[in-house]
Amino acid sequence: MAALRTRQQQYERELLSLADDELIIGWRDSEWTGIAPLLEEDVAFSSIAQNEIGHARALYELLSDDADALAFDRAPDDYRCAPFVELKLLDWAHAIARRWLYEVADEIRIRALKESLPLAAKIDREETYHRMHAEMWHERLRDAPQFREAVEELWPYALGMLPSGEQRDALVSRVGLAQVEAVERGMHTDGLAEIWDEMTMVRRSAPAGAQW
Amino acid sequence: MVTAEQVWEKLEEIPDPEIPVISLVDLGVIRSVDVRDGHVHVEFTPTFLGCPALEVMKRALEDKVRELGAEPDVEVVNDDSWGTDKITATGREKLRVAGFAPPAPRLVQLQSAVHRCPYCGSTDTTLENLFGPTPCRSLRYCNGCRQPFEQFKTI
Repeated sequence: MAALRTRQQQYERELLSLADDELIIGWRDSEWTGIAPLLEEDVAFSSIAQNEIGHARALYELLSDDADALAFDRAPDDYRCAPFVELKLLDWAHAIARRWLYEVADEIRIRALKESLPLAAKIDREETYHRMHAEMWHERLRDAPQFREAVEELWPYALGMLPSGEQRDALVSRVGLAQVEAVERGMHTDGLAEIWDEMTMVRRSAPAGAQW
Repeated sequence: MVTAEQVWEKLEEIPDPEIPVISLVDLGVIRSVDVRDGHVHVEFTPTFLGCPALEVMKRALEDKVRELGAEPDVEVVNDDSWGTDKITATGREKLRVAGFAPPAPRLVQLQSAVHRCPYCGSTDTTLENLFGPTPCRSLRYCNGCRQPFEQFKTI
């Protein structure tokens, strides 16, 4: 019985990690709205951000009756997101490098969940378009020095998105870089405190009993 | 006592909030209607999880059932049962007439990358942006009639 409970808890922690990654990457991607170097990318990043936050909501709903409370009422230390999604990336090469690495890693993880979780199959279907977008940019920039440097710089963070073992090995072979020491999930960067402050500001300042 | 047929007919009246030329029934997001003990159980599958119109659609479904004098019980089913292949033939034609290129069947789309202009029928079209004004649309341009158009994404 204790073992069963532990397994359930571990599964819920995994879902929460996934949901928190989707929420925070959605917020980070949305920072390009209005300031992307191309109008088309304003639309693309905004649309992708909207999808990722939608995925977070659906995952939170599996874990709680109040998705908003789970998304916005926790202390920063209680979030399970990977440091990778927290980073504030203010140049295009890094932003695109993260989008590409994120989608490659996310595909590995979502496909592993598909059999046991019908929602994962739905998320996977929608992500097709994120992958097409990321691949298009990867094709275009793969030989550009700024892009390659950004990928290498972010690589230890990207590895930390996936559990070590099979999934991390799959990421290594897809990206074609060597195994290195990962920046693991569980610790947070300054980026989380910064985005948390902004993301929860309205809820924290609302008077008790406010209706939305 | 309402019947499932009456409910389906009533639900036909609900337009998609973002593409109002098509009804929720034609969009294929109503998976089932089940009338039991005066309650109408409706299973509803979202198109895209991040679609901001989901709440509006759910409320519209509840309102229509109440108009029939029955108590609604709308269940949102977040599984993989909705895809663009669920859009009815009528729905596809309504989209095309309104200038939205209907999504190609999934199997066809995965094998050929042909996209037809909803205005002139030309297949000489190019992708402008995978993403558009809502999660379900891409932007394309027709080289035949020089008209930009919105393409409903195949998913």
